[in-house]
Amino acid sequence: MSRLTAAERVGIARHPQRPNITDYIQALFTDFFEQKGDRLCREDPAVLGGIALYHGRPVTVIGTRKGKTAEESLRCNFGMPGPEGYRKALRLMKQAEKFRRPVFTFIDTSGAYPGLEAEARGQGEAIARNLMEMSRLTVPVIAVITGEGNSGGALALAVADRVLMLENAVYAILSPEGFASILWRDAGRHAEACDLMKLTAPDLLALGVADDIIPEPEGGAHLSPEWTFRELDRALSRHLAALLKESGPGLVSSRYQKFRKMGGPPKEES
Amino acid sequence: MSGIFAKRRARLLAMKAIRDNYVPGDQLVTCPKCGGESQRKDVAGNLSVCPLCGYHFPIGAYYRLSTILDPGSFRELNGKLSAADPLSFPGYGEKQRAAQRKTGLTEAAVTAMGSVGGRKCVAGVLDSRFLMGSMSAAVGEKITLAIEYAAKNKLPLILFSASGGARMQEGILSLMQMAKTSAALARFSEKGLLYISVLTDPTTGGVTASFASLGDIILAEPGALIGFAGPRVIQQTIGETLPEGFQRAEYQEEHGFVDAVVPRGELRETLGRLLRLHEKGGRS
Repeated sequence: MSRLTAAERVGIARHPQRPNITDYIQALFTDFFEQKGDRLCREDPAVLGGIALYHGRPVTVIGTRKGKTAEESLRCNFGMPGPEGYRKALRLMKQAEKFRRPVFTFIDTSGAYPGLEAEARGQGEAIARNLMEMSRLTVPVIAVITGEGNSGGALALAVADRVLMLENAVYAILSPEGFASILWRDAGRHAEACDLMKLTAPDLLALGVADDIIPEPEGGAHLSPEWTFRELDRALSRHLAALLKESGPGLVSSRYQKFRKMGGPPKEES
Repeated sequence: MSGIFAKRRARLLAMKAIRDNYVPGDQLVTCPKCGGESQRKDVAGNLSVCPLCGYHFPIGAYYRLSTILDPGSFRELNGKLSAADPLSFPGYGEKQRAAQRKTGLTEAAVTAMGSVGGRKCVAGVLDSRFLMGSMSAAVGEKITLAIEYAAKNKLPLILFSASGGARMQEGILSLMQMAKTSAALARFSEKGLLYISVLTDPTTGGVTASFASLGDIILAEPGALIGFAGPRVIQQTIGETLPEGFQRAEYQEEHGFVDAVVPRGELRETLGRLLRLHEKGGRS
């Protein structure tokens, strides 16, 4: 694996030509049928989801959507979902459970949208509900952090049996700029924040937050998308095959233990 | 025998509560909301609510528990769990120790077993004086252990939230506590047990986007700021001034995210009533 600094990886993870959810669906799945709307309020284009075939098996695919052109980006709110996006995702996941379909999520978001209407309609509640409900889905759930995975807005699609990361993807509590601005009141110190935050794929593998790393070509996935898709496909097939051997309650129980262990056990005061 | 222990526990909580509520300095307290000055003893005697305008001052975790639990019923759970420094973050250890010295707490969460109106329950409180009540792995662990303890002993659960959100210095592991606590609540809920979430000023970020929003019943103290993104971030994002009362408890009630806004003076009675209403589990 290439030796890049954390800040360089953040740059690659945000590259405008980096493959997005539409590319992944096209490369890895067939017969994709998009499902829109949360059935409560509205359709949120920042989350794309639907049914597709993965090597002939029906699955549910959900991902945050970033555009590649200015117009696309604007339409999908730069990949920052509102509560409706998370509620649509939950609707699709519950449906996947009903029809016994595995769930794949693809995450590339700078975070949940911090807007007035998003707050008025319960951004916090929507994320919390997803965390709770995903923890007890009785079908396999595989999450892939493909670009940036920031804050609760990323976690709301990542309470999964397997959390995979592309080699140059980053996963963090919030953006390095936000981190620097909260901690030091200086967003300009973001490169320093990148180093301290432990947000790269190798860091997260070591911390037990990520389960596997998908290699990228030298310089980033956008330089050879086909190569990246092949590597990702191989990993997805392998993890899915392992998860399909487990029972529904078995999956729920191992998923619980996986997250139960995170961050513990803290030290006891003597 | 149990009488002696109950008395000792009552005294212990009372002492910790007094420490929580004690502020050195002059005898006058200025209310940040109305700007009025009141005698300290009048504010303290009024559950730290401004006698002039009803503003709810932030209160410490032990004091909070002393205002809710029946005298002598308090038994702290996992009181010695304190924060680790999982990312070896520069300066974090010193910050923790300073917060411990300032508050007398080991972490931003205190969890306990006790009773309200004679009914047993598990109660947890986040204390905003300790690094803004932010969610460290130890806070997540304490809350999760409290949820699991309540589930195992089939007891109702009451959690008081007050938090600025994630503990930055613990990075991604802070984020993971959202999943951990929410998953524990899913298991708790499947047992048919009652969880009451009480939102106090301020409840924001990762705490709002996890256990605080998952109560069967959600109560809020008047005027409490409740939201996912903080007002400063939202204002920067949309570039507009936010409307008066935005994200306050009353706003959240109006928008359907809070069952009831309950003044501090009525909380104990309301919680007792809710525990009573759930006692028979609907099977009577």
